[in-house]
Amino acid sequence: MITLQEALSLPKEDILHIRRELKKKIVEQKELGAYVEQLRDLPISEYGEGIPIAIKDNIQVQNWNVTCGSKILQGYIAPYNATVIDKLLASGLAPFGRTNMDEFAMGSSTETSIYGKTCNPHNFKRVPGGSSGGSAAAVASGLAIAALGSDTGGSIRQPAAFCGCVGLKPTYGKVSRYGLGAYSSSLDQIGPITQNVQDASILYDIIAGYEPKDSTSLNALHVSTADKLDNQKKQTIAVIENYLQEASEPVRIAMENAIKALKDAGHTIIYKNLTNSKYDIATYYVIAAAEASANLSRYDGVRYGFRAEGANLKDMFVKTRSEGFGEEVKRRILLGTFVLSSGYYDAYYIKAQKARHLIKSQFEEILSIADVIFAPVTPSTAFEFGAKSDPLEMYLQDIYTISVNLAGLPAISLPIGKDINKLPIGAQFIGPAYGEQAILDAAASLEKILK
Amino acid sequence: MFEVVIGLEVHAQLNTKTKIFCSCPTSFGDEPNTNVCSVCLGLPGALPVLNAEAVKKAIAFGRAINACVHEKSIFNRKNYFYPDLPKGYQISQFEIPIVEGGEIILDFEDGSTKRIGVTRAHLEEDAGKNVHQGTFSQVDLNRAGTPLLEIVSEPDMRSGDEAVRYLKKLHAILRYLDISDANMQEGSFRCDVNISIRPKGDTKLYTRAEIKNINSFRFVQKAIEYEITRQTNAWEDGVYAQEVVQETRLYDVEKNETRSMRSKEDSAEYRYFPDPDLLPVVIAKEMLEEASIIPELPDAKKARFVSEFGIKNYDASVITSSVEMAHFFESMLDAGADAKMSVTWLSVELLARLKDGLSIATSPVDAQKLAMLVMRISDGTISGKAAKEVLDHLMQDAISVDNAIEKLGLKQVSDDGAILEIIDAIINANSNKVTEYKAGKEKLFGFFVGQTMKESKGTANPAKVNELLKQRLG
Repeated sequence: MITLQEALSLPKEDILHIRRELKKKIVEQKELGAYVEQLRDLPISEYGEGIPIAIKDNIQVQNWNVTCGSKILQGYIAPYNATVIDKLLASGLAPFGRTNMDEFAMGSSTETSIYGKTCNPHNFKRVPGGSSGGSAAAVASGLAIAALGSDTGGSIRQPAAFCGCVGLKPTYGKVSRYGLGAYSSSLDQIGPITQNVQDASILYDIIAGYEPKDSTSLNALHVSTADKLDNQKKQTIAVIENYLQEASEPVRIAMENAIKALKDAGHTIIYKNLTNSKYDIATYYVIAAAEASANLSRYDGVRYGFRAEGANLKDMFVKTRSEGFGEEVKRRILLGTFVLSSGYYDAYYIKAQKARHLIKSQFEEILSIADVIFAPVTPSTAFEFGAKSDPLEMYLQDIYTISVNLAGLPAISLPIGKDINKLPIGAQFIGPAYGEQAILDAAASLEKILK
Repeated sequence: MFEVVIGLEVHAQLNTKTKIFCSCPTSFGDEPNTNVCSVCLGLPGALPVLNAEAVKKAIAFGRAINACVHEKSIFNRKNYFYPDLPKGYQISQFEIPIVEGGEIILDFEDGSTKRIGVTRAHLEEDAGKNVHQGTFSQVDLNRAGTPLLEIVSEPDMRSGDEAVRYLKKLHAILRYLDISDANMQEGSFRCDVNISIRPKGDTKLYTRAEIKNINSFRFVQKAIEYEITRQTNAWEDGVYAQEVVQETRLYDVEKNETRSMRSKEDSAEYRYFPDPDLLPVVIAKEMLEEASIIPELPDAKKARFVSEFGIKNYDASVITSSVEMAHFFESMLDAGADAKMSVTWLSVELLARLKDGLSIATSPVDAQKLAMLVMRISDGTISGKAAKEVLDHLMQDAISVDNAIEKLGLKQVSDDGAILEIIDAIINANSNKVTEYKAGKEKLFGFFVGQTMKESKGTANPAKVNELLKQRLG
């Protein structure tokens, strides 16, 4: 598949040809299930004729049936474009196909979608990661030039690592959430999933910037990164030692090789520790579930989407939500409702906010002496379908990624090797707030060394 | 003996042009679901952006009631399910409201005053409206997202009368500031009453009932009276604990009674938490200064009217009780009318004639016309009595004051010759009374005045009549 950088220099007729070829391939490789259209035998969703970019099913595209992978949004037609979609269109790119995802972005395997599972292109018995599993699988299998995903606790970086592509989670506030079906408002960020670091940088530049319709959007001019991308820049890189030790052997070995390569290339390596990641998990699930419990209240069957018939109003509400949401979503709504209840609020929600503050300050401390942090993305490589049937075990998939969301920092995941089953292994660079250039440079450097 | 304890919660819609978190218009009475967008419909991905105008209006209110305006306040989500609440939560303020700790001063006829504390005032979004049609219901979301200022009083009121005075004063302040239409019928000024009783002398608060959404001052008074009777009877009958429970009650206008709506046991658990879609509201210094410039308020205006024009305290409170009346009065003075006479002609004569839905704002006689009428009394063109007839006519006929005087033939006669002609005729016809008067029966002077006025059909200038009669009768 040609890269985004290459596509940007092609004339219109070549782009139209690529779009036709993609449509053909998407139908041919239907079993992959990266696109909702593949899973539902539908023609690929389109909007305009620009360079095709695959769009996660929680990003609003006008006149598309955008559903967050949920039954409850069946039949809902988005009447407006997300800010990122308008930005794509303004740069000659175009939304092309809805990629599969865990329902409401809650999951790490893309197994909870109402449309069924997406396979890992490297091994169809294994998950592509999640929740942006469809986006990562599409890019990794050559069914997309690039894709947009969303990352609340690792949902861009983890599937990128499992599928062997590059995934960037920008600093909170750099890319507008306007038009992103919300899971956890203080954690959600839209970001690119691409074939290489250069493309991630290009796509990030296209979608970043201030949006007055989003109060949490950073009100500052976006400084472009792609034109300044420097794979020769030498940086001080902090390795999180305790993360390394907790990881599975293949991940640890790949990480150690990458560290050595970085050192050989002239980077300065220092070793640091972060608080045990079990606190990150607890903090994350309190905050994310609390916010989700309110964010998902609008799906009540009154105005749009799925509605179950009920004997009365309350019955309609209860049936609509009981039938419309899947198990994992209901679990998190219940958890969030619980932690916000009077008598529990201080013990959970307030405490989690304090912990979040602490996590943030730990990152700040390390990033005051290092340019970037280097850490694994996942404890292991892609697991088999159904392997993590215990929700808590699934939550452990995110131990290396969620603290970054809690701290609001930018991070980029890139492939650093493969295990003996030829499954990709990913690593991430984490930067200071608004330090996308630093992590892109570091990622570009490592990408070049490993090539 | 019991004491009544009343606290009031008022929801005032702020009269911003657009909604509090989106740019939809706030106009009233449009086709259902026409003033809506992705934000106020609660569509996936839509985000709220705070309307600064609503913040400014809340600041002005805080200034008007001598309250603390918090430089930093927080918007929270208040979670509950209802069809007219598109997001399944209302964006409101909880721990840190924008306005805290103010006061409203009540005025009484005897010139006394009472301070009522205002606990807080916070910004929030209004819900839509459910329209019930037999077996199904429809939702109109035009109102959803209209900015509300919820104003919560301390439990400082001790009677229905005080409660109504508080509401009227609050209403006047909102109108003076021009931050709300405060129209009870249209629902832009809605009131919930919290009410309990306690033995006189007791300082603790007993169980309170909350009476919801009463849509006129009169009904507030009646609902309170009903509720006082209900709670007092329950106490006296020894069933207070069973019958007076913390609950929400609805006032039934038809039956003039309050009825239980829901008890505290099924009251919602709102699960407030800070809205992560909105940053804390931080009021910049410039904005605070700009919004703190507020017009003269009822109390200040009243004090000024008393000291500047020497009008009575209570008259001044009547004149300043509504912004429309105060402005009417001020316009009369600007046109040149005498202050004390303007008070009477506005607060007694004009008000008495405003019937059938007419108000100061829609009065057929405007301030300029009423001022002219007052000036025509002052300059002796017409008598006060004739002026009432002229005013009656002006209420029906949109002609000028002078044309009305002309048309009704009420122009006062001040010409000596014309009056003397009448006087002489009366003296001639009552020679015996003249003799009695001259013999010392001075009371008869009034008779001659009366006869002269009657003969002149009231148009003779009374002062002239007095003067000339004295001359003629020696």
